[in-house]
Amino acid sequence: MSSRLKWTIAIGILLLLLGMLLSIQIGAKDISTSEILKAFFQFEGTMHDQLIMNVRLPRMLAGVFVGGLLAMSGSMMQGVMRNPLADPSLLGVNQGATLMVAISSVLWVQGGVFTNFFMALLGACISGGCILLFTIKNIYKQGITPILLAGTAMSMFFLSLASIVALIGNRSQELAFWIAGGFRQVTWDQLWLLLIVGSVCSLMAYRLASKINILSMGDEASISLGISPEKVKIKMILWMIPICAVCVAVAGNIGFVGLFIPHIMRKVIGNDYRILMPLSFLYGSIVLVFADIAARMLSAPYELPVGLFSACIGVPAFLILVQKEKR
Amino acid sequence: MKKSRNVFLFFILLLIVIGIVSIMIGSYHMSFHDILQTFLGKGDKLQEFTIYQSRLPRIMLAVLVGSALGVSGSILQSITRNPLAEPGVIGINAGAALFVVLWISASSSAYYSELPFAKVIFIPFIAMIGSLVSMLMIYLLANKKGLQPMRLLLCGIGVNAGIQAIITFYQLNMSKGDYNQVLTWTNGSLWGSSWQYVLLILPIIVILIFIAMMRSRILDVLGLGDELALSVGVAVKKERVFFFVLSTLLAAVATSVAGNIAFLALLGPQIAKKLVTNQYRYLIPLSAIISAIILLVADLFAKNLFSPIEIPVGIMVSILGVPYFLYLMLNRK
Repeated sequence: MSSRLKWTIAIGILLLLLGMLLSIQIGAKDISTSEILKAFFQFEGTMHDQLIMNVRLPRMLAGVFVGGLLAMSGSMMQGVMRNPLADPSLLGVNQGATLMVAISSVLWVQGGVFTNFFMALLGACISGGCILLFTIKNIYKQGITPILLAGTAMSMFFLSLASIVALIGNRSQELAFWIAGGFRQVTWDQLWLLLIVGSVCSLMAYRLASKINILSMGDEASISLGISPEKVKIKMILWMIPICAVCVAVAGNIGFVGLFIPHIMRKVIGNDYRILMPLSFLYGSIVLVFADIAARMLSAPYELPVGLFSACIGVPAFLILVQKEKR
Repeated sequence: MKKSRNVFLFFILLLIVIGIVSIMIGSYHMSFHDILQTFLGKGDKLQEFTIYQSRLPRIMLAVLVGSALGVSGSILQSITRNPLAEPGVIGINAGAALFVVLWISASSSAYYSELPFAKVIFIPFIAMIGSLVSMLMIYLLANKKGLQPMRLLLCGIGVNAGIQAIITFYQLNMSKGDYNQVLTWTNGSLWGSSWQYVLLILPIIVILIFIAMMRSRILDVLGLGDELALSVGVAVKKERVFFFVLSTLLAAVATSVAGNIAFLALLGPQIAKKLVTNQYRYLIPLSAIISAIILLVADLFAKNLFSPIEIPVGIMVSILGVPYFLYLMLNRK
């Protein structure tokens, strides 16, 4: 373990803890550290205790997990496609999930957590299936551009359908908040779902890390080492679909996190996916926790969608990466 | 070119037929006989109002917007030598839309017919400025060691995402009613159409398409590749910028009245390319006509499918366009 890696991990954990603490403290009502400790260890059901345990804490944890999961799935995709421009939201996976959530929110208003999740899963399967089709057709042998274009087209398609559904159900502004992403209404139920699905799928995906390492050297290299690139790609996409679905079901469509975090991490610690994936998780959490604090604070008492903040960093990052594209 | 002439005749007839059908169908149905009577001056008040004040301007607007976008896409695909280039995907429409939204809601919350005339008259020009700004951004970002088609598209996707985020931010601060109106508009819609808008954009679009037609031979040559074009004496860089601006302006004018209609500029030119020889003399007008037809048909569905709720026509177009786009993509060599 190099000292650079140690520092990156140490700084990351410190930043994350700081962010978690601040996220509980700061808000419409500022809460002191001692009161937070009191709420944890001597829960008495006062206003503050309720606020901390049932509003701030789930919200903060959702930020941690969604950020981490998105950044990690971004790093996986980039590894498998051997291109720094891949990201689940750019390829339309999140938008497919958004469409189905929109449909369920119009059809069953009292849908509840699990309906949302299963609908999101269905949507993510459809768009993930399209990406699988592209994978089998192997169109990204000509560089990432075609598949990015396809992703853009698909996300426009799904969002268009979602807008129709929302217009008919007169819920278009709610939908826009959903599309822009945010952690306003996170409850413990949603959080448990996120925790269970997220950790199972990401652990399974992490087992592919060493294979992604080999795959990122090229299809020929991996075949000669006895690893079928198709199988790894398909498995990776299969694990990524529920991850994206659960993120969308909890927090809406937060784009670009999976794009720039893995890229920065790659600059810092290199191309080993066994380290890159967990570190992307760590720093993805940090970014979203702080973005969520900013979303609450900047135009208080109103809230801005978190997705806008990630787009603020993500779009310039994307443009810089495009400049570096060879083809 | 007998075959080309037949193709043209067929599509012009189709355009007229669909135009008549869109006069007939709506929440107030009219028979063909009624329409003829009204045109001859024998219709009653209701019929006259429906045709002259509501349906006819809307059809005119659809035809104008459709042709502008069709020509714009046709030019863009020629200069980037990429069949997937499209002003809606690369953020040109979005730039125009952003500026118009800012302009309209700068001091009031009125839309369409309630807008003061002094504001309406500047809308196409504001849209042009907006689209030129986003075009300039794309151009500067993509222009590294020459303008590479693929990088241009990627930069466009990035710029588009950025502008969409700004529009979203702006929209979310609106009240629900305003929001729905702006949403319909940013997704492309013809429901605010009136003669005012038709007269406003008609001269601009006619002039721009005329310029494109005049210089169509240069487009032919540009399509052959940089080296060949240079060797026959075309100033490739200069011409490419010229056509890029031309196509941007066309897209901007269309966006200024009808909102952001994506994928139409992809469909029309692609279909046209399959039907006539690869000369822009024929391709430009045919793309215009076909795009106008597609927009009219899409508008017919958008108006009547979920009546009385109207779906933004841009959404109908993307539902048609995206599968075709993906099909093109998968079958590329």
